[in-house]
Amino acid sequence: MSLPTYTAWNYRIWHYTYLTICGLVFFFLIAPLFIILPLSFNAEQYIHFSAKMLALDPEGFSLRWYEDMIYGTKNPWGLAAKNSIIIAFFATIGSTILGTVAALGLSSRHMPYKAAFMALLISPMIVPLIISGTAIFFFMAKVGLAATHTGIVLAHIILGTPFVVITVTATLTGFDHSVTRAAASLGSNPVNTFMKITLPLILPGVISGALFAFVTSFDEVVVVLFLAGLETTTIPIQMWVGLREQLSPTIMAVATCLIIMSTLILVSAELLRRRSERLRGINR
Amino acid sequence: MSTEQILSSDGLPLEVSLRKAERKNKLKALFLVGPLFLFLIITYVFPIGDMLFRSIDDRKITKMLPNTFTAIEKWDGQNLPGEPVYAALYEDLAYLKKTKTYGKIIARLNYEKGGFSSLIKKTVRKLGKFEDGNYKEQFINVHKRWGQPEYLVALKNAAPNWTYAKYLKGVDLKFDQNGDIVQQPEDRRIHKILWLRTLKVAFWVTIFCFILAYPISYLLATLPMKYSNLLMICVLLPFWTSLLVRTSSWMVLLQQQGPINDLIVMLGLAANDNRPELMYNVIGTFVAMTQILLPFMVLPLYSVMKTISPSLMRAGKSLGGTPFVAFRKIYFPLTVPGIGAGSLLVFILAIGYYITPALVGGASGSLISNTIAYHMKSSLDWSFAAALGTMLLVGVLTIYWIYNKLVGIDNIKLG
Repeated sequence: MSLPTYTAWNYRIWHYTYLTICGLVFFFLIAPLFIILPLSFNAEQYIHFSAKMLALDPEGFSLRWYEDMIYGTKNPWGLAAKNSIIIAFFATIGSTILGTVAALGLSSRHMPYKAAFMALLISPMIVPLIISGTAIFFFMAKVGLAATHTGIVLAHIILGTPFVVITVTATLTGFDHSVTRAAASLGSNPVNTFMKITLPLILPGVISGALFAFVTSFDEVVVVLFLAGLETTTIPIQMWVGLREQLSPTIMAVATCLIIMSTLILVSAELLRRRSERLRGINR
Repeated sequence: MSTEQILSSDGLPLEVSLRKAERKNKLKALFLVGPLFLFLIITYVFPIGDMLFRSIDDRKITKMLPNTFTAIEKWDGQNLPGEPVYAALYEDLAYLKKTKTYGKIIARLNYEKGGFSSLIKKTVRKLGKFEDGNYKEQFINVHKRWGQPEYLVALKNAAPNWTYAKYLKGVDLKFDQNGDIVQQPEDRRIHKILWLRTLKVAFWVTIFCFILAYPISYLLATLPMKYSNLLMICVLLPFWTSLLVRTSSWMVLLQQQGPINDLIVMLGLAANDNRPELMYNVIGTFVAMTQILLPFMVLPLYSVMKTISPSLMRAGKSLGGTPFVAFRKIYFPLTVPGIGAGSLLVFILAIGYYITPALVGGASGSLISNTIAYHMKSSLDWSFAAALGTMLLVGVLTIYWIYNKLVGIDNIKLG
């Protein structure tokens, strides 16, 4: 933002002060994440910068914590990663299907009590996780699904659907319903219309909802803390356990991998959002 | 004028036919929402209701001392009760001894009044030597507490099937021996402090998120697209990153030998051997939560600011307002919906926060969620955890309701 030449000096000062403040806030937002990256390459077993690291001496850096993460003895990360991926995969499929179908109904002009239904379907996102965790734990224990993959998948479907409902209803607000009517008038049945016309158009919204559901499940720790057993441990559980004991460089290595993953997800979500806006003809 | 009815192709009056079509569409929409609705009712709404039920349910002990409670109901609670109460107590205890299940009532009765543990254990031990008849005297002979009305009052107080005692405990109140509501003893009044701390942290986190988010949202909304997209990453990357990763980065930063403390020492604000505690207290909770929740304030503010036309500010200035006046009178009022949406969202999320306070908060920085988790996992007082959870839930749902009225749920924006 450049200022016009006629700007008075006091506004100039104000303008640069403002930009400095913004810079500091952005720094506050993003800098904490980047402290983790160098520490995961630490050659020593401390969570602070060694003198060698600060001098950029190659001897101060190593990949030993990544090795420890992958090959370490009695390492829990392999099992945890497998569980996390399996659970997140099925939870994403469940949330995406249930959420998309519900969003189609909610976006219909004819839907009665729309606001009330919406409020209920979104509530798992609003209710504090500790309460959801407690309630879901009692339920799963009652039906015998505590400490099972199925139980955790079901719990994560509950937590993931609100995100799918929100993103897909948002996509559907710009949806031109005359195209589905056109398809129907040409003799297509509703399922065919959905698969061939509606779904391709709302697909970016559906996928970004699915990404949300995936991340929700993959990062979720509170509910899993109640539900997980030894065999159903997940990455967040292992991080939680590790962080409660002490900060270790191995955790920094895992955290770095997770940051890389979230960067990839962020990029795909952004690309999808733009594609969706283009498909719906929203230009900004 | 002729009132000839217009008929649709299938011979029905148009009005009827339209209504039929309308109903069909309505059913179709309901049918689509149905699966998720039923799924959530069964796996989510019902369990939450069950939790509420659990917090007031006191039937376990009623089932274990059925005769005693029936007999003691008729007692006025003044002088010692008569023989029938003791006879019934003998019958119940004898059965519990036979099934070896008397341990379960001890914890419950001890909660009502301390001293029941030894009383019950000793009585059960001597139960075999009891003779028929004159139970009252035999009970008092075994333990003199059976002759003290306080203990029998406590027994009577445990009789009802439903109790809201756990809710009283949640706000540091309790029933005294006469069934009146009184304050907990001074050294056990911990929950009020906890509720206040939770509200205070949530309030200040919301305020600070607002103060930090407003300028950058404005910048993001007014910068040209290609710059703002780049800066938006600073907001969205933390938003998409695992909560545990972000909390662990704060643990690195705030630890005693961490970079922030290094900086403080370097600036000469504290001596090297006297580094301030930034973590495991309320400061840690507050700073980490502000950073973690900041994106939830920026995104709604940004989406509102994006819709405000810059020409409005220009018009204000051209009419003689200074930029400050134009901002205060034109721009700021237009952003109020965004402020409301962001603040309520951040407040709702902050009030139920668990992970971050548990990891960086220590004892003095823990919030109500941590206490709920403690009673769920460590003390195993599940009905108390359920009661605290219900109280928190009522608070959150109230704010949610306000949010819905003011902002509308469908206006929640993600990314």
